[in-house]
Parts: sequence; structure tokens; C-alpha cells
Amino acid sequence: MPQQRKAETFCLHPIAIAVLATVLIISRAPIALADDDSWQDIRASLYGNDRVIHDGEGVITLDAPNRALDAATVPISVTAEIEQTEERYIRAVTLVIDENPAPVVGTFHLFPGNGIANLSTRVRINAYTNVRAIAETSDGELYMAQKFVKASGGCSAPASKDHDLAMARLGKMRLKQIGAWRKDEPAQGQFMISHPNYSGMQVDQVTQLWIPARYVRSIELTLGEKPILRFEGDISMSENPTVRFFVRPDAEAELHAKVIDSDEQTFEQSWPIELDPAS
Amino acid sequence: MPFIEVADGVFVRYGVQEEMSAANRGAIANIGFIVGDESVAVIDTGTTRQQGLALREAVASVTSRPVSHLIATHVHPDHCFGHAAFSDLPVRSLGHRNLPRALAERGPFYLEQLAEISPDFSDTAYLAPQETVSDTMRIDLGNRPLLLKAWPPAHTDNDLTIFDERAGLLWAADLLFAGRLPTLDGSLTGWLAALEILRPPGVRVVVPGHGPVSDGVAALQQERAYLTRLRDGVRAAIEEGLDISATLARMENDNQLDWLLFDTNHGRNVVAAYTELEWE
Repeated sequence: MPQQRKAETFCLHPIAIAVLATVLIISRAPIALADDDSWQDIRASLYGNDRVIHDGEGVITLDAPNRALDAATVPISVTAEIEQTEERYIRAVTLVIDENPAPVVGTFHLFPGNGIANLSTRVRINAYTNVRAIAETSDGELYMAQKFVKASGGCSAPASKDHDLAMARLGKMRLKQIGAWRKDEPAQGQFMISHPNYSGMQVDQVTQLWIPARYVRSIELTLGEKPILRFEGDISMSENPTVRFFVRPDAEAELHAKVIDSDEQTFEQSWPIELDPAS
Repeated sequence: MPFIEVADGVFVRYGVQEEMSAANRGAIANIGFIVGDESVAVIDTGTTRQQGLALREAVASVTSRPVSHLIATHVHPDHCFGHAAFSDLPVRSLGHRNLPRALAERGPFYLEQLAEISPDFSDTAYLAPQETVSDTMRIDLGNRPLLLKAWPPAHTDNDLTIFDERAGLLWAADLLFAGRLPTLDGSLTGWLAALEILRPPGVRVVVPGHGPVSDGVAALQQERAYLTRLRDGVRAAIEEGLDISATLARMENDNQLDWLLFDTNHGRNVVAAYTELEWE
């Protein structure tokens, strides 16, 4: 019962009362009321207990399927409802899956040069859970959107359908320009890296022992000298991590990707960006 | 469920065209056996030890010849998780060269899933094949040669088919779904390539992994039509820059041939196709 759980929260965490009271006063929808125990712990580890998290309305929305078709590959996207300007912009988006063994999918760091702070990626979901996106704006405020997703087994499921191909392709990267890119206009791109992103919950084929986690730890994208996206992540990202993002190119330049995995192996590649001539 | 003689000396127990459940006892795939002049080859054993035991009894009710070969067509639990019912017999256990790896990677996960469906399934275990097939292998049951063929990734990355020369019968297993929507767990382009050569001239009878036995022509055409449409639709979506969600939204209701279990499996096929084809 939600009512009962709320009472427990008050009993167990006196500090939470103060936080809750603050949230109640400041935000339009006091989302902390609907939260469960998992989230309280995750929230504390990410932001401490004294930072207010506002409802995301007007700042970000989160889209995810109600029920995952493939729990190892659940598409989620975050849509920004404010512009990226030098004065105020979303500087980080953190994705959380409450009931996953490693609940924090990771944090995407963003910049005014993105133009639009929209992101989409694919995650593993291990149980029926709340999925959350928490945006941090450049003025240090936090905003959260959340959605309940029904899925199970996404972290322990062996994702590779074609095992030999997956291993042969490890480390290969792609950059896709989605639609035409024009100077000074926000344009969408997709970055992909072929990597098994082992969760540490899968079993080795020969030894029958657990495969140690080996996952993409960071992704850094730059256009020319400018940073576009920096991701620090964990095992909840799907196999072959991918992210769609926006960037506002101000000149023809090379887009550079640098990826480091948890074995400290580094993968780097550059692509020349094609801009459509201004009309 | 009865075993039906679909060709001289070839017996099939039809699976029901449903998702696995406690009510259908997991008996959703076609399993069976082929009787030679000297011995018997069992092809797939079903989802549970109980199904494997029922198959063993069915063999004994038809012939006193011993089971000499135990064949797994691929890793999925509805096909080869009844193998343990034969573990006390001196049989040659055979599978695709990738089957041991696939079983090791997925076996524990499948057992968990089975245990969740029904406590009746909890004594089920999986057995890795003792011998593997890399390309083709010929075995003989006594005046009854069988040709086993290991395929490149298609339905899974460990598909094995059996051709029985005497009956002109191809046991296609899950390379062919009849009536029930095919499920993609290997390679879409690989599967379509396999379908080009799956049914060579001289094949008179085809046993699909799911659905009725026939000459296989119409079923193969329907499956090829579905997989081709899936490939072309997803390729076009990727080309247009659609992401997985938008691709699903466009394609989710496109049930051209009234496939059974379309709603349960089509979306997952779209996701699988997308994550494969985006790397073309």
C-alpha cells in the first residue's frame, strides 16, 4: 500500500520529512510521495538528501514502452522542453532504473552547442520498475520525469543472437547523420559502438562461470574542438551501446568519438561532418 | 498428445500453437522420431523431462529397436529440454557446433523461466550434445541414412536440420514455422538466405518446428514473405532515420497473413531486425 510505505519512510528517515516538506511546497507535483524504497536509496547516493528534485514538467519528458518487447533492448528517450542557451541549459541527464542490479544507467553531459538536449538510447530492464530521467540545468536545479515499465530478465538474458558476429565486430563504431545537417541549426545524430556490454550476470560458454562485467564506461563526442556529449555509464546499457543526440554545427568539422570500456580499452574514430549548403 | 506417423516410420507429436504455459505443459513445438531397420533417432524432446519420457514411451510402443541417436535441432527450450529423459541410455547425442555454447549461455536463464511458468517444470535439466555437427554429418539407422546439416545463423545461431532420404522428408525444425509467426533469434538476412536452399528438389514432406506437416511449399512461401517484408520495412525505416520506437509504431499492426501469435512476437522481431540491420 502506498499509504503505508509513506508512513514507513517518515519513521525510518527523519531527514526525509524535511525534504518532503520542501518538495511539497516548491514543486507543482510532489513526486517524492509516489516513490518507493529503492528510489530513496538511489536518490540519496546520487544527490544526497538535501537537494530538491522538481517535477520535470516543462523541462523534460521521458518516453519508454509500457511493456518491453525485448527486456535486453528497451528504447527510452528524453525530450527537452527548454532550449539549450548559454544562459540556461540542461547540462546533465541521468537515467535510473530503480529495480535493476545497477540502477544508475549513467549520466549524459550536455552543452549549449547541442541546441536541443533530446537524447535516446537503449537499456536493459531486469524487473517491473520505475524508469527515471533526472535533468540538471546549468543553474544547478534538478528536474525528474519517470515512467513505469514492465519488463523482466533484461540484465541476465544473453543478448547476442549471433555470437560470432558480435565478437568479430567488437569496437567498431558508426556515426549516422539523421536527416540533413545545416550550419547553425540543431541536427540529430546517432552514435553506435559494437560492444557486448557484458553485465557480469551472464555465463561463460566454456567454463560455466559468470562472465565478468565488461562494459562501455565512457563515451566522449566532440565536434571540432567543441564537446557535444559525454557519457559515463554502467551495465544497464544494452549490448552495442547507442545514443541519439542533437548538435548545432557552426562549421564543417570532424566529429570525434572516444570510448573507454571497463577493461580500460580505448576506441577512437573521427568522421567528417557533411553540412547541406544554406538555402 | 499422440504421436502421428506422418511418413513411413516418421512420427511427430504436434505442439499446440500457443505460448508456453502450465496448462499446455510447455508442449508447443513439434517433436518426434524416425525408425530405421536397426535403430531409432529421436529429433527434439520437448520442454520438460516429462515430455521426453512420453516420447520415450511412444518409441517403445511403436518398436523394440533401441534409440541410437538423440538430436537437438537448436537451443530453444521447447525443443531440446526433454533430453534428460534419455540420459541413462547409450545414445549418440548430436547438435550444431554452436549448440554447447548457446546452451551454456542461455540454459540457466531458460530453466529460471520454465520454473516460473510451472513448478512441474522444476526437475527439467538441459544436456549438451556429445558430438557436434560443423557442416554436415551422415548417420544411419539401418537402411535409413539421415543427413544432418548445420546452418549459418538463421532462426538461431545453432540450427540443425535432418533429411531422411528414404521418405524424402526434411525435418526443418524452426527454420520453418507454419501458421505460427516465425521468431527471430539469429540473423534475419541469414534466415532468408537459408530459405533459398532449405527445400531442395526431391523433398516431398517437410516437418516444421511449429505447425502442420506438408510438402512445405506454401509454408515456406509464407515465411519468406513475412521475413522479406520485415527486412524491407525495417531497412526502409533505418534508411529514413527512424529509431526503434518509431519503426515499431509504423510496423506493429502489419499482420499480412493472419499469423498466429502475431501480437506476442512481431514487435520483438522488429526490434531484433532493427538491431541487426542497423549494422549493415
